[in-house]
Amino acid sequence: METLVTALICFPFLWAILPACVHNSKRRAFFVYLGCGIVMILSIFTAIRWYIDGGQTLNFRLPFQEMFGHIFLVGDVLLMCFITYLSYKYKRLIIAVLTIVSTVVPTLLEFVGPKLPNTYTMRFDYLTFIMVIIIGVIGSLIGIYAVGYMHGYHIHHHKELTDRRSFFLAMIFVFFGAMFGLVTSANLLSIYFFWEITSVTSFLLIGYTRTEEAITNSFKALWMNLLGGCGLAVAICAGYLWLNTVNLFDMIRLAKINPGDMRYLLPIAMLAFAALTKSAQFPFSGWLLGAMVAPTPSSALLHSATMVKAGVYLLIRLSTAMVDNCVGNMVSLIGGFTFLAASCLAISVTDGKKVLAYSTISNLGLIVACTGCGYEETIWAAVFLVIFHAVSKSMLFQCVGAIENTTGSRDVEDMQGLMSIFPKLALILMVGIAGMFLAPFGMLISKWAALKAFIDTKSVYVSTLMVMFICFGSATTMFYWTKWMAKILGASKRPKSRDLTKKNEYISMFFHAFLMVTLILGFPWLSVNVLKPLSREMFGVVEQVISRQNIIIMIVLLVGIFVIPLINYLMTKNTGYRQVLTYMGGANAGDNMNFVSATGDPREMHVANFYMEEIMGEKKLFTPAIMISTFIIIVYLIIVIGGTLA
Amino acid sequence: MTVQIRIILAICYIVGAPVVIGLLDGFDRKLSARMQGRRGPSVLQPFYDLKKLFEKEFLSANIMQLFMIRSYLCFIVLSGILFFAGFDLLLVVFALSTSAMFLILASTTTHSPFSTQGTHRELIQIMACEPMELLVAVGFYLATKPKTFNVANIVLNSNYSNIVFLPGFFIGFVFILTIKFRKSPFDIATSHHAHQEVIKGVTSEMVGKEYAMVTLAEWYENAILYGIVGLFLINKNPFSIIGAIAVILAVWFLEILIDNTSARVKWQLMLKLAWGVTLVAAGMNLFLLEIIRS
Amino acid sequence: MSTIHKSPWLLHYDGSSCNGCDIEVLACTTPVYDVERFGVINTGNPMHADIFLITGGINSQNESVVKQIYDQMPEPKVVIAVGTCACTGGIFKECYNIKGGADTVIPVDIYVPGCAARPESIIDGVVKGIGLFKEKAAALKMASKAN
Repeated sequence: METLVTALICFPFLWAILPACVHNSKRRAFFVYLGCGIVMILSIFTAIRWYIDGGQTLNFRLPFQEMFGHIFLVGDVLLMCFITYLSYKYKRLIIAVLTIVSTVVPTLLEFVGPKLPNTYTMRFDYLTFIMVIIIGVIGSLIGIYAVGYMHGYHIHHHKELTDRRSFFLAMIFVFFGAMFGLVTSANLLSIYFFWEITSVTSFLLIGYTRTEEAITNSFKALWMNLLGGCGLAVAICAGYLWLNTVNLFDMIRLAKINPGDMRYLLPIAMLAFAALTKSAQFPFSGWLLGAMVAPTPSSALLHSATMVKAGVYLLIRLSTAMVDNCVGNMVSLIGGFTFLAASCLAISVTDGKKVLAYSTISNLGLIVACTGCGYEETIWAAVFLVIFHAVSKSMLFQCVGAIENTTGSRDVEDMQGLMSIFPKLALILMVGIAGMFLAPFGMLISKWAALKAFIDTKSVYVSTLMVMFICFGSATTMFYWTKWMAKILGASKRPKSRDLTKKNEYISMFFHAFLMVTLILGFPWLSVNVLKPLSREMFGVVEQVISRQNIIIMIVLLVGIFVIPLINYLMTKNTGYRQVLTYMGGANAGDNMNFVSATGDPREMHVANFYMEEIMGEKKLFTPAIMISTFIIIVYLIIVIGGTLA
Repeated sequence: MTVQIRIILAICYIVGAPVVIGLLDGFDRKLSARMQGRRGPSVLQPFYDLKKLFEKEFLSANIMQLFMIRSYLCFIVLSGILFFAGFDLLLVVFALSTSAMFLILASTTTHSPFSTQGTHRELIQIMACEPMELLVAVGFYLATKPKTFNVANIVLNSNYSNIVFLPGFFIGFVFILTIKFRKSPFDIATSHHAHQEVIKGVTSEMVGKEYAMVTLAEWYENAILYGIVGLFLINKNPFSIIGAIAVILAVWFLEILIDNTSARVKWQLMLKLAWGVTLVAAGMNLFLLEIIRS
Repeated sequence: MSTIHKSPWLLHYDGSSCNGCDIEVLACTTPVYDVERFGVINTGNPMHADIFLITGGINSQNESVVKQIYDQMPEPKVVIAVGTCACTGGIFKECYNIKGGADTVIPVDIYVPGCAARPESIIDGVVKGIGLFKEKAAALKMASKAN
C-alpha cells in the first residue's frame, strides 16, 4: 500500500514534465491520454486494493520519509520565492507578506522548535478512499476533455491568445499529484505543502490567458488562498508550541478529549478557516467567480473534483471536533449563509458558467454547513453531496464549455430549445441538472438529513438560523435550476445545426452521465458498504441514519422521477391530436415563433426568463453578503483566540 | 400503523379527495356568487367542468406537454398517498415541489408568451411558498415527542393539538394557502376569475384533457394542503377530528372572504409579503419552540 | 352523457364594433344578469373556450385573427354573433375596410340582433347555443365512431 500511495502522489508530478516538454500537438495529446489513463487506473487500483484488503484504516510513513520531508521543506521555500517574485513583478506586495509569513514561521519552528515524536505521516481510510476515486476518475476525465477543448479553444475561438497548452496540460497533472498528496497526508506539514501547490497551480491556471482580467482574478484567488494558508501555518505553530504534535488526527483527538479548552480548539478553528477559504465560502467566494475567466477545463477542475473539494475534505475530517462548539457553529453558519446567498445570486445571472459557479458555491455551502454540524446524519449527507456534486458539476461545466464552443454563447437565454437543436448536449445538461437538484441527493435525501440534524443542534440560535437558511435556500435553488431546465426543453426557432463538439469531449461527458446514473441506482449499496464504515470510523457507532421506511420512499420517488415520465411518455406517444398554434392573441404569423407586428410585418418573438435583478441582483446582494459573513467569521475567531489567550 | 390501515387510507384519499375538494370548490363558487349578490352556478359545477374538459377535442402545440402533465398528476397523487398513509411529512413536501417542476416544464415546452409569463410567475409563487411548507414540517417535528417527521406518529403521539405549540406556523401556513389556492390578491399566475391578466397563465396552452388533468391535480394537492391544516388540530383523541374539520372549514371560508375582498398585487409584493410572514410568524415560533424544547 | 351543455365557457372577441355590444356582454356577467348560473365562464383563452362570441364586424385586419382563434378552439364549439354589426356588418357595412358580418370568415351558429344587443337577448342567444351543443357533441361522437 505504501508504495502504491507513493506512486499515486509522485507519478502525476513526474508525468507533468512530458506534456510540458512535448510541443507536437498529436504526440502531446497521446501523452496526456496515457497519463490520465494511468492516473485513473492507478487510483482505482489503489482504492480497490485497499477495499478488498478489508478496508482497515491504515496509518503509515512514506518510504524515504526523511527525504520527502526535505523535499517538502525545499518545495515550500521555492513556492514562497516564486510567489514573492510574481507579487513583486505585478506590484502586489501584500501577497508577498502573506506567503513569507505563512512559510517562514512554520519552517523556522521545524528547525528550532521542540523535536516532535515520530508518528505516522499518512493515513488511508474510507474518506481517503472516496476522495482518491473522485480525484482519479473525475480529474482524469477532465484531463481527457481538456485536450479536445483546448484544441478548439485556440484553433477556432481565441486565435489572439498565445498558445500555452503544454503548460496548461502540465499544470493539470501537477494538480492531481497535489490533491492525492493532500487527501492521503496526516501530517500538517505535508498537507501545508500540497495545499500551497494547489493554491499556486490554481493561480497559474486562472491567469492562463494573461489578459488584464485574468491577471486580476488570479491574484484575487492567490491572496484568498494564501490567507487560508496562513490559517494552516497558525495551526502548525500551535501544534509545535502547545500540543507537541503536527499530526492532524492527533489534534482532532486532543480537541475531542478536551472540550471547552480553547487552546486545543484554536488549531481546529484555524484549519476550518483555511478550509473555508479553499471551499470558496462567503466572504471568500470572489476567487471562484473570478476563476470563470479561465478556459472551461480548469473551471471544471477547480469546481468539481479538486481544489474546492480540498477544503470540504478537510472540514469533513475536522467535523467530529466541531460538534456543538463555537468552531462548528461558525462553520455551519457560514455554510448555511453561503447556501442561501449564493443561490439567490444564481437567480440573477444569465451567464451559464456563472450560474454554475454560484450553484457550486451554494452547494458547497450546504456541504460545509453539514460538516459544521458534525452529526452522523450530516456527515453522511455531506459525503454523498461531495460525490454527487463532483460528478454532476464536472459534467455540467464540460457541457456548457462544449455548448459555448459550438454555439458561440454560454448565455442561458441563448439555450432556448437546445433539446431540439443539439439533443446530445441538452441530454447531458439535463442529466447534470437532475443530478444536482432532483434526484436524489442535491435536494432530497441530503437535505432531509441536514434539516433533521440542524433542528437537533444544541445551540438554539444556530439551529433556528440554520433551519431558516436551508428552507429559504432550497426554495431559491429550485427556482434557478427549474428555469434553466425549462429553457432547454422549450421550443426553438433555430434549425438543427452542426455539432462542433469533439469526440473526446463526448467520451468524457457520456462517461460522466453513465457514472451519474450508476451512482443514483447504486446509492443504497454505497450507503451500506462505504458510508456506514465511514461513519463507524468517525463516530464509533453504527446507526441507521435514515429509517428503512424512508429509504424505501426515497427509492420510490427516485425511481418515480425516471419511470413515471417514461411510462407516461410511452403511453401518450401515439395519442391522436390536432396540431395547433400557440395563443398569441390570434396574431401568430404562421408559426409559434413570429407574430404580426403593428406595421403588419412578421416579427420574431422572444421569451425570456425572470432574473429579478432588482431583488436578487449581484449589485444589491453581493457586498452585504460579504460583510455579514466577514462579521460572523471575525466574531467567532475573536471568541476562539480570546479564549486561548485568556 | 398497520399496512392495511395505510392502504385503506391511501385508497380513501385517491377516491375521496377529488369528490370532497370538488364539492368544496362548488360551494366556494356558490358562496363567492352570493357574496357578490349573484345566484351562482350549481354546486356540482366543478364536476361538470371537469367532465366536459375530458370530453373535448384534444389540441396541442407540443405533444410533449401531455406526458409531463400526466407525470405531474401522478407525482401529486403519490405525495398525497405519502401524506394520508402517514409517512414522512418532509418527504411529502419534497415530492410536492418535484411534481410542481413537471407543471413548469410542461407549460414552457410550447414557446407561448402567455404561458411563459405565467410559468415564471408560478415559479415565483412556488419559491414564495416553499420555505413555509418546509418549516411546517420542521414545526411538527419539534412539537411532537419523541421528535418525528412521520405523519402517523405526529397524530398518535400528541396528547394536545399541535396548534398549541405552533400558532405562528399556523398563521404562516394559512397565509401561503392563499397563494397555493390561487386566490386573490395572489392569483398572479392563473386565476379563475373573469379578470385574468395573463390569459390563463401557466395553463394557457393546455387544452381539453390536459387542462382537466391539471385541475384534478390541483384538487389532489389542495387535499394535501387541507390535510396539513387538519394536522395542526388532530391528536390522539378521535374527537379532535371534529375540531380539525371545523378549522378546515373556517380556513376555507377565510380564503373565500379574502378572495372576494382584495385586489391583485404585483409579484414583488407577494414575494416580500410571503417571505416576511414566514420569517416573522414561523421564525419567531420556531425560535421559541427551540428554547422550550432544548 | 356529455356535460358540455352544463359548462359552456365563453370567449369574447371584439371585431370592429363601437363597444356598445361589448359593454352589454360584460353586463351579462354582473350580478343583475349573472350568466354564471348556467355555468358560463368568461375565459379569454380560445383553447379553453366552447362558445365563440363575436361582437362587431370583420375588417381586413382582424379577418386572419378571427380565423386563427376559431381554429384554436377545440370541438365541439358554437359561434354566436352578437349585435347587428357581427350579424351583417351593420352601420359600418359600406366602409372600405369592412368585409361584413362574422359569417364572412367562419360559420356562425346563432345570430343575436340588436344595436346594441340587450343583455337579455345575449343570454337568450347563449342559452340557444348551449342547446346546440347536444347535437354537436352527438354528431362528433358519430363522426369519431365512423372513423
